[in-house]
Amino acid sequence: MGDALQRTALYDLHIDLGARMVPFAGYEMPVQYPDGVLKEHLHTRAQAGLFDVSHMGQVVLRGDGVAAALESLVPVDIAGLAEGRQRYALFTNDDGGIEDDLMVANRGDHLFVVVNAACKEPDVARMRAALEPLGITVKLLESRALLALQGPAAEAVLAEHHPGVRDMRFMDVETLPLAGAECWVSRSGYTGEDGFEISVPQAAAVALARALLADGRVAPIGLGARDSLRLEAGLCLYGHDIDAATTPVSAGLGWAIQKVRRSGGDRAGGFPGAAKILGEFSDPPAMRRVGLRPEGRAPMREGTALFDAETGGTAAGRVTSGGFGPSLGAPVAMGYVPAALAEPGTRLWGEVRGKRLAVSVASLPFVPAGFKR
Amino acid sequence: MKYTEEHEWLDVDDEGIVTVGITAYAAEQLGDVVFVELPEVGKTVSKDDEIVVIESVKAASDILAPLDGEIVDVNEPLADEPGKVNDDPEGEAWFFRIKPDDLSAMDDYMDEAAYKKFIG
Repeated sequence: MGDALQRTALYDLHIDLGARMVPFAGYEMPVQYPDGVLKEHLHTRAQAGLFDVSHMGQVVLRGDGVAAALESLVPVDIAGLAEGRQRYALFTNDDGGIEDDLMVANRGDHLFVVVNAACKEPDVARMRAALEPLGITVKLLESRALLALQGPAAEAVLAEHHPGVRDMRFMDVETLPLAGAECWVSRSGYTGEDGFEISVPQAAAVALARALLADGRVAPIGLGARDSLRLEAGLCLYGHDIDAATTPVSAGLGWAIQKVRRSGGDRAGGFPGAAKILGEFSDPPAMRRVGLRPEGRAPMREGTALFDAETGGTAAGRVTSGGFGPSLGAPVAMGYVPAALAEPGTRLWGEVRGKRLAVSVASLPFVPAGFKR
Repeated sequence: MKYTEEHEWLDVDDEGIVTVGITAYAAEQLGDVVFVELPEVGKTVSKDDEIVVIESVKAASDILAPLDGEIVDVNEPLADEPGKVNDDPEGEAWFFRIKPDDLSAMDDYMDEAAYKKFIG
């Protein structure tokens, strides 16, 4: 390590709330509060959870032709993204692998991009190298915090601060005053629940967080529950379920590549790895990301080898993230298996501490999404 | 009651059988326990064998045999209700009972005062 860990604007608040802090992507972040991961997870599914996600990178792209310029880096329809809308996107590499996943919002006179904390520096470097020669400015925002309010009560809670949030649909973005500050609000998140992500000036972040936590329906939630929530929702974690060696179609993220960017589309290709990635729609890749339901109670963690037989054979695939799903009261996992074994219901065996334990391929998500479309 | 540096508590009864669990301190550190794998009754174990697996929401950890001996009983209900490890670690949520080959090996372990000092 060596480098000092950074702290978000909410660090002192986390300590006040009794958080257990851990190093995460260069930051000291709350992994859990005194309630613990299980209760935090269930609270988010039942009411609302407040997450500090300020470690993620917030980037503003500005300049003429910015949408077309960003399309040179992502296989996603950015030019067709309406003002006030947000979309999931992927940075790809020349081999068709995924360099990061991100959110792109059209905020009228600029694009607002949110990237993973661990990928912040390479992502900014990638965008600067590709976009600055085209006259686009790439600005990593250092003075804004990012909060996520997630769960079925999120709308009612946030509406008490600004009623306008009730009119937002899933993936809408708006500028709204909250806690007296100009906030950039999107109706999105990464828990499978309805909810909002709120980019707030650092100076107002604690006031906004405290105002939200003052509502009896809101509890602070750490990274531990964030991970189990996104796993139950079947959402990929960068560096685990997707990385530079996995392709979008293999990862089950083909839906993120709109028709206009696919072969035959008006703006087909033109992004790194296009030939490989677009080719996989007609010539599917050997491995697929699937959901996995271990039949016993033992969790199957990341790295667990998957076999197509109870004894013998060679490893058919592996778990890329796994643990306990509190909403299901059972272990859940995701991983990659050969296409022939990817059908839901297929029985496989995961090797846990030298023993082969039965596991079934399952449809994703494990818990239905609560998005307001 | 005796304590190990691995945060196990050992409670010896009149017949020289030792009941083993983990301390409240250890349960707190582990976080929510979601799976417990117990040894088989009748199994002969050596000190430091990994004989119980505890999975919390965060990670898997082992409980080591604190003594050479034979496993004479295990707390079967724990397998179905692993959350008891968090609710009552020093009571209902014992893991196994062991009949040690040499009960005097218990002398190597800490008493309550020493353990309290150990965890600070």
